[in-house]
Amino acid sequence: MDIQLKRGLLEVCVLAAIKNRDSYGYQIVKDIKPCVEISESTLYPILRRLENAELLTVRSVEHSGRLRKYYHITPAGLERIRVFQEEWKEILSIYQFITREDDSHE
Amino acid sequence: MNKADFLAALRQQLRGLSESDIEKSLEYYSESIDDRIEDGMTEEEAVADMESPAEIARQILMDMPLPKVVKAKARPSRPLRVGEIVLLAVGSPVWVPLALAAVLVFLAIYVTIWALVVTFYAVDFSFAASSLFCLAQAGISLFTRGPVQVMYFGGCTLFLFGAAVLLFFAFNALSGHLIQLSKNFIQWSKSHFIKKEDAR
Repeated sequence: MDIQLKRGLLEVCVLAAIKNRDSYGYQIVKDIKPCVEISESTLYPILRRLENAELLTVRSVEHSGRLRKYYHITPAGLERIRVFQEEWKEILSIYQFITREDDSHE
Repeated sequence: MNKADFLAALRQQLRGLSESDIEKSLEYYSESIDDRIEDGMTEEEAVADMESPAEIARQILMDMPLPKVVKAKARPSRPLRVGEIVLLAVGSPVWVPLALAAVLVFLAIYVTIWALVVTFYAVDFSFAASSLFCLAQAGISLFTRGPVQVMYFGGCTLFLFGAAVLLFFAFNALSGHLIQLSKNFIQWSKSHFIKKEDAR
């Protein structure tokens, strides 16, 4: 898959993984993995990028004697997911056009 | 490899970056390993589940702004020996101009891409401005000159305005591609620095 496209898709995947409840790095990897191959080293730059773009916020929570970073989606992050869904509705209809059974010419 | 070794290796790979950038990355990966251990893995398994420190560092560096990458990579990994310092000084008439030329070529390409974008909008603006000028001329001609001049300037107004609108959309699309091109160019420059490091 095109690298830029995959990068953009993964960003939205990460946002979707924290959409309903705050989550942490390893949990996000576990949640996304069944759908798309992602590793910690891919996730880390994405989280930083999303944080810089203010699509998510980070807070450290005490967890069994150590700190764990939880990621929380911002309204801008939710908006990003919504825009993604709008865009892909269009792409999906194009896909359906391309892959449709070709019986119109017979 | 245990967790401490892994983090030490990662720190070694990230050397040259600012201490706060390094700390943040180490914290994140230390946390990832702890979470795996809590999930039932042994420390060894958890470390084995991570990618190599070199790969992790490559991903982190590719996402850093270009000046940070250059700075991190230009810094020597150990204090220089006297012989090396002498060599650097003696060789400076050769490598300083070369390095300077490389930087200038990079800047020139980058500036050229953005100058094109500015040029597009300047051209579009001049079309819009001339259409306004022709509109004014058409108005003046209404009182001072004949109907032929009014029609001439009116036609020019419509043509120039139409061209300005159409060009605006065309230039918007072109600028989008050019901005993407400048981003790819920076990524490409970065990969050059980072690959070099791996080959050494």
